[in-house]
Order: sequence, then C-alpha cells, then structure tokens
Amino acid sequence: MEALAALWDGAFGSPFAFWSATLVRATPLLLLGLAVAVAFRAGVLNIGAEGQLLLGAAAAAAVALAFGDAPRLVLVPAMVLVGALAGAAWSGIAALLRRRYGVLEVISTIMLNFVAAAMVSWLVRGPMQEPTRVYPQSSSFADAAHWPFLLNGQRLHLGFALGVLAAWGLWWWLEHSAAGFRVRAVGGGARAAASAGGVDVGRTISRVFLLSGALAGVAGASEVGGVTWALYEGLSPGYGYTAIAVALLARLDPRWILVTAVFFGALDAGAAAMQRDAQVPSVVVQIVVALVVLAVLAARYVHARRLAQRAAPETA
Amino acid sequence: MIEFGVLLLPFLEASLRTATPLGFAALGELVTERAGVINLGLEGAIIAGCFGALAGAGLGGPYAGVLAGIAAGAAVAMVFAVFVLALRADQIIAGTAMTLLALGITGTLYRLVYGAGGAALDTPTLAPWALPGLSSLPGLGPVLFTQPLPTYVLYLLVPALLWWMHRTGAGLALRAIGEHRAAAEAAGVRSQRSRAAAIIFGGAMGGLSGATLVLAQVGTFNEGMSAGRGFIAIAIVVLGRWSVLGTALAALVFGAAFALQYLFQAMDWALPYQLFLAFPYVLTLVLLALLRGRAAAPLELGRQD
Repeated sequence: MEALAALWDGAFGSPFAFWSATLVRATPLLLLGLAVAVAFRAGVLNIGAEGQLLLGAAAAAAVALAFGDAPRLVLVPAMVLVGALAGAAWSGIAALLRRRYGVLEVISTIMLNFVAAAMVSWLVRGPMQEPTRVYPQSSSFADAAHWPFLLNGQRLHLGFALGVLAAWGLWWWLEHSAAGFRVRAVGGGARAAASAGGVDVGRTISRVFLLSGALAGVAGASEVGGVTWALYEGLSPGYGYTAIAVALLARLDPRWILVTAVFFGALDAGAAAMQRDAQVPSVVVQIVVALVVLAVLAARYVHARRLAQRAAPETA
Repeated sequence: MIEFGVLLLPFLEASLRTATPLGFAALGELVTERAGVINLGLEGAIIAGCFGALAGAGLGGPYAGVLAGIAAGAAVAMVFAVFVLALRADQIIAGTAMTLLALGITGTLYRLVYGAGGAALDTPTLAPWALPGLSSLPGLGPVLFTQPLPTYVLYLLVPALLWWMHRTGAGLALRAIGEHRAAAEAAGVRSQRSRAAAIIFGGAMGGLSGATLVLAQVGTFNEGMSAGRGFIAIAIVVLGRWSVLGTALAALVFGAAFALQYLFQAMDWALPYQLFLAFPYVLTLVLLALLRGRAAAPLELGRQD
C-alpha cells in the first residue's frame, strides 16, 4: 500500500509531479511510440527504437557541443534535424539489410541496439568525454542548446510539443494521404498491395523504416536537449522497449499514443518515486510493460473469437 | 607474434567455453523453429535460466542450479506456448513480450532477494573437468577435454539431436509440421502437441544456456546478463541454415567472437574495448547479410495461426 501511494504521488501527487516528472518521461515514449507505430503499421517490426534514440542523442549532443555559441533559434532546430538524420541513418542500415539481403529486421535492429550502446559508451569515454576525463559523460551544453521550457517553473520542454505535433501529423498522414494509404496497404498484406494496388512494397517499407528511425532520433535529441544537457551512457532506461507497449496498447493509432505515452510516463515517474520512498525496485515497470503487451494479445484473441462466433450462424 | 602463439590455446579454450551457452540456446531454438515457431522469448528463457541457476545453486549447489535453470527456462517457454498456440498471438510480439517480462521479473527478484543495490555475489560454480586420457592428447586435447560439465553435455547433444531429427518418427513429424503443417496433420500428426513440446524444449535449452553462463562462465548474476545472447542464438540458427551441424559450427564462430574480448584484454591492444563489445553484434549483421535469403528456412516459420 505504501508502495502504491508512493507510485501515485510520484506520478500525479502534485502539479510538479505531473508536469515535471510524468510528462517529461512521457515525452520520449510519445516520440518513440510513434516511431514504433508507424513501422508496425507497415508490417516493419522495428525493435531498434532504443538504438536509434541513442544515435539521435549522440549526434544532437555533438552539434550542441560544437556550436554552443550559435543562437538558440538556430541551434535547437539544428539539434532536431541532426538527431532525426542520425536516427534515420541507423534505421536505414536495418532497412538496407532487409531490402537488399533479406535480413529479418527484428534481429538486425536488436543487434544495432547493442552496437549503438557500445558506440555511446566509447564516445563518452573517448572523443566526447568531458575535459577533466574523470566521468564517462560529455561536457554540459551551453545555454543556447537547452531546449525551451513550455511552462514557468516546470521541466516540461519543447520535446513534448514536438511529440504532440508529430502525433497529429502522423495521424493525418496515415489516414488522409496517398503515401499513408500505401503504408497501411502494405501492412495489411504486402502481396495484395503489390498486385492489386500496384504499390512498390520495398520502397514503401524502406521509407517507413527511415521515418521511424527519424522519429526515434528526435526522441534522442529531445532527451539530451531537454533533460540531461549532456551525453550519458545510461541515457535511456529502455524507453525503446517500453515504446513497443506504448504503441501496441494504443492499437498503433497516433492519437491514442498520446494517452498511452502519458500512462507509461506516469508509471515510470511513479516507479522512480516508489524506489526512492518505498524501496521497491523500479524494474517492476518492465513487468507491467510486458503484461500490458500480453494482455493486448489476449484481448485480440477474445475479440477475434467473438467476431468468429457472430459470423458463424450466417455461414452455417 | 610469439605472445599470440602462447595465447592461442587459452583463446580456443575460452571460445569453446563461451560457445557452450550459445550452442544450447541455438540448438533449442533450432528444434522450435523446425516446428515452424520462432521464439524471440528465448532471451527471456536465458535470463530466467541465469536467475534460476543462481537461486538453485545457492540452495542446493551447482547441480541443483543447473536443474533450476532448465526449469525456469521451460516455464518461460510454456507461457509463450500458451500465447502462441492457444491464443494464436503473433509470435514475434509475444516473444518480445516474454523477453521483457523475464528481464523485469529477474531484475526485480534479484534486487528484492539479494539487496537493493544488487551487490555482486558469487555462486558455487562448475569447475572444468579434465577427462582422463583425452585431455592429454597432443594439440587440441587439453582445449576440448578440459571443460566444465555442460560443454561435454553439448558434445553429446549434437549427435543425439542429429539422430532424433533424422532417424526417428517424432523428428520427422516435427520437420513435417514446420514445412507443411496441413499435410502433416492430414497424415495424422498432432501438430499442436508437437509444437508445444518443441517450444518447451527450446525454452529448457535456453534455461540450460543461462545456467551454463552463470555456473560455468561468469560465476555470478547481473541484471540483463543474457546481453542479447538469445537473439544471437536465433541468428546462429539462420547462419547454420537450420541444420544441427551448421548451427553447432556457427555457435563456435560466435563463441570465438565473444572470446576475442579476453584475448584483447590479454594482448593490451591500443583499441577502444567497446569495439570488441560490439564485435559479435556487428559480426551477426555481416554474416546474416552475406548468407542472404531465407531459402533454407522452414516454410511455416513464424506463420500466425
């Protein structure tokens, strides 16, 4: 009970908890959830959001450190752009491996996650380490590279606004544009999309893969620009994996991802408080994430059976 | 170069030792995949096996640890089997969820049982056994036959699996389900039951893999210590072209890739060590790309019910 109270207080107990803990943690989950959702919509199982986030974070940090004296109005958009490009480049490797060599993207993206983690570990101990060379992290960014806060006295930052914008844009694109229709058609059945719809499946899949990586890369830029103001090794406590649950629970609908991202953000913020106040390890969040995914799978089965039962009398 | 020569035998010995858990996991996954099911929860079975081994060894010594590890891996696979076979869930998503679940449960239990900081603690381990006679053979004798017990079990598992898969009715039925399930069922094979058995066998081997990692290699438990070995094992099956011998050979290659880290430490090369941490994963990608295509894959692999 004490643990649950700590969980609730940490997530919703005060305005600060909500605006500065829950929503700040929901920000990467929102962007990553969208990244996972757009890929899954096209039948691309991108499990690599974690690695794409790390690449985006490293690239955005490099820009922030190199151009610290640039005005904020230039520097922050540059971080977003470079983060997106780096994330897309990383997912592009998996896209290329799938398209040219038929490598299962589930395996390749997971391998790339490990490579990305090793790369960041090297960066913060090598070329990007802070000048005293004591801590495995980069120097802190200059003020111009700090992303603007959205509310006075709260830590909620620009990244969340970008996430909301991306959710709306992605929803519109998927539902109302020709390219979005092609994505959905490929996800519904690649062979049918190719033969009946004349869709270039390979190209559609590659583009979706790049878009997915770009969104994850922006999430990385948003973490270093809005939260840590430096590049760290343990930048992401597995946000990329939680994002899979965020996307699936929202049934891959960008509008619902806004809701599920905040839900998991609250869980994350609450778990951190729970560990602090009630000594319950915060890894329990992972269990909840997994149980949510399994519950979604079970619910789908129940739903499919109900549909089948409803259809049965007509066919009999 | 002299230094390298002196290091060669220990390197080969380490390669074989690190290949052993990969071999168990990959051979188990091979059986599962030949039945047409891809189990991405293998990583979860391995970490469960690691934790089971820690708990079992703490209570009843290293052999109890091995058994507990196998049981834990099989338990993870059982849940996966329920979702995939009974609830007809997507194999990839259900497998990913099982991996997350097992990582979360083992991490939580570890911190609750063994302390909030997760202090490093040593378990009783399986020491290498020198097989009398064989271990004194010239050349590779000491490398091949001064190994902990699980490696010898792996030596026996390879021919046993070869025989079972190609010389028994059950093995034939399993392969038939993976290639053409409807035809196999028409011939009277009970495919659900065989698939369940194949999945659970795969999980048990994943658990044995984790137990080997803890009891014969690392000697302690860390959160997330499976470190992607389950996914690498799945890649090993692809590289081994879904054959028993190919899979065993590919596991050996990856054992060497992991063992490079030890060689690197011993050689004191002026390269960042992260390069060697990343090497097995990069190697996986490169080899998968080189052996393009899924020509050898069981036809029913991954197909949702």
